[in-house]
Amino acid sequence: MEPERGSPQASLSDLFSILQDPKEMLIMSIQCSKKLDQAFRRLLPFSLALLLGTSGTATAASVNTTGLAVTDTTVTVGDLHSATGTMAISEIGSIQAEMLAIDQINAAGGVLGRKIEVIKEDGASDWPTFAEKARKLLVKDKVAAVFGCWTSASRKAVLPVFEKENGLLYYPTFYEGLEQSKNVIYTGQEATQQIIAGLDWMAKEKGAKTFFLIGSDYIWPRTSNKIARKHIENVLKGKVVGEEYYPLGHTNFRTLINKVKAAKPDVIYSIVVGGSNVSWFKQLKAAGITGDKANLLTISTTEDEVKGIGGENVLGFYSAMKYFQSLDNANNKAFVQAFKTKYGADSVIGDVTQAAYLGPWLWKAAVEKAGSFDVDKVAAASPGIELNTAPEGYVKVHPNHHLWSKLRIGKWKKDGQVDVIYESGLIEPNPFPEGYQ
Amino acid sequence: MSETTSAEFFATLLMQGFAGISLFSVLLLMALGLAIIFGQMGVINMAHGEFMAIGSYTTYILSVLASEQGWLDIYFPFSLIAAFIVAGVAGYLLEIVLIRHLYQRPLDTLLATWGVSLILQQIFRSVFGAREVSPELPEWIMGSVQPGEGIDIPVNGLFVLGLAGLVTAGVALMMFRSRWGLQVRATSQNRLIAGAVGIDTQQVDRITFALGCGLAGVAGAAFTTIASTGPTSGSLYIVDTFLVVVFGGAASMVGTLASAFTIGQAQSILEFLMTGSMAKVLTLVTVVGLLMMRPEGLFTAKVRR
Repeated sequence: MEPERGSPQASLSDLFSILQDPKEMLIMSIQCSKKLDQAFRRLLPFSLALLLGTSGTATAASVNTTGLAVTDTTVTVGDLHSATGTMAISEIGSIQAEMLAIDQINAAGGVLGRKIEVIKEDGASDWPTFAEKARKLLVKDKVAAVFGCWTSASRKAVLPVFEKENGLLYYPTFYEGLEQSKNVIYTGQEATQQIIAGLDWMAKEKGAKTFFLIGSDYIWPRTSNKIARKHIENVLKGKVVGEEYYPLGHTNFRTLINKVKAAKPDVIYSIVVGGSNVSWFKQLKAAGITGDKANLLTISTTEDEVKGIGGENVLGFYSAMKYFQSLDNANNKAFVQAFKTKYGADSVIGDVTQAAYLGPWLWKAAVEKAGSFDVDKVAAASPGIELNTAPEGYVKVHPNHHLWSKLRIGKWKKDGQVDVIYESGLIEPNPFPEGYQ
Repeated sequence: MSETTSAEFFATLLMQGFAGISLFSVLLLMALGLAIIFGQMGVINMAHGEFMAIGSYTTYILSVLASEQGWLDIYFPFSLIAAFIVAGVAGYLLEIVLIRHLYQRPLDTLLATWGVSLILQQIFRSVFGAREVSPELPEWIMGSVQPGEGIDIPVNGLFVLGLAGLVTAGVALMMFRSRWGLQVRATSQNRLIAGAVGIDTQQVDRITFALGCGLAGVAGAAFTTIASTGPTSGSLYIVDTFLVVVFGGAASMVGTLASAFTIGQAQSILEFLMTGSMAKVLTLVTVVGLLMMRPEGLFTAKVRR
């Protein structure tokens, strides 16, 4: 039979062709060096680490015992957001903020003396794609951390991947809570931080007793309104006179507005998300519901949305979140200026953009505290990490991986910025609030 | 909560009636262009929503130019005309390049126009960015008129209503009183004979398609008073649009009118009585039920097949 005689010949000629082809040689040598590298990696922690102890000249192997993409001069991280598709509107700000933070960290000498390199992946507003790209970043690229996701749906899609492959995700969006993972640091606010202090303020300042709850129809607005309703009914002893949900992208709110008018609530509590915001606020104004006649409090409308809505349509309404672009402190001024220098003078910064900016800085602080890039060590070192340089002011990581943060209430002005008229103390994150579920 | 007086009840009733009428005019404006193309040519234009977006983006560009020149108060009516022309020309070109090769192959036109819609969406994204834009509108269109205490009738609603009336009247005149309309109807009834008596059926097709797309452009321009425009805005409109056209009966203008009115009123009355999502479900169930009984839609045109 042919193969028996043919095969040794074939392998010999293969070897010759490899020797003749420089490209093949290169591939061979890379493969060899990889093998050697792996062997060293196994040995190094025992030999070198013993020799060097924990002195400053840490080698890649000593700060990375789990095979992450770390060399003596670089460390690779992932960035996973929707650069295309319907969510790109919101997520591009987060990408920009994360890149700005990474550039600044690199300019200041990097993390543990290593420059951060970024692999950007596009989740394309599609949740299975997020999971697939997360797996690629963790398994193939072996990134040390990922900054990414925006919607709760995308976070829920990647969470099992991060837990199985033991990755580390920095998630920037304010969200509904009811989640806590070793593998995720939540840099935005969970629902109770954003909702309770805002409602308390409305009740105290405006004497509000009746509330009309409105939201886009998915998990975050529904869970948030659930918490709001419990707080209104049980703590404030007020009354919810209506609760309505509309699909994402809905553009006709006239009937809803008539219902609100008929119910005459003291406060309209709005969690309308995305493009629907524009229709909602334009139609409110056209129906004669304006900031001087009605109290409207929203936890979903940031400077980003108002850029599309137009400041004149939200004039006098209130937003409750932890960050506004117009916050008056030195950290924030430097941040806004750096952001505008990099991305243009007409760019605006919303709450989530600032929270995304915190991600790389919190990671750097945790890595340096742990003295290692290993995910387990960084996750363990994270609680207690403080950041005095945050644009929103002081933040601190709670053992439940959420941040201690303040709540501010902003009153919208015509130019699309707010007057910050209320600031709470630091609020403890409580993703599983008792009595609110 | 204070008691609702009868005057307030009356005001709510009036405003709610107007909400229904204004939803009707929105649906009508969206569906007219599609009804013409679908009804007269049998082409299922999946890119109809994107032609609306072309109209919206045209308005946006004009608003940017107008605010530079200080013409914000007057530019808007012109932007409607510009939107009609731009979307119409785009439709005319699309007919020449693609659609005319696919007559008599409805499933292929469906796929091909869907492809066109994806291409257009990506073009919007590359040119205008992923962020939704909304043109700066003249102040007079954003307010409300108050005929009585507690009654606010939004001006943009009145505007869309007026425009829908105007456009419908215009299309009806063209279809049933003009020589061109006669040619369109002749072609849709029997292409061969129409050709034999000297009608340039290809030219008729081209103009019909361009008109349908132009009307979509006008609708898109008018909707900038209600909603913002993003690359995928068109796909939000297309489902409602098809619903109106199919429910009304594909080949009938009166059907489109009646169906837009029925769906608009049903939706807004139900929405007032129950939650928005339940109202939508009930409306859709009713439409599906009626279509099962009358597969041809509310009105059937007397066309020899």
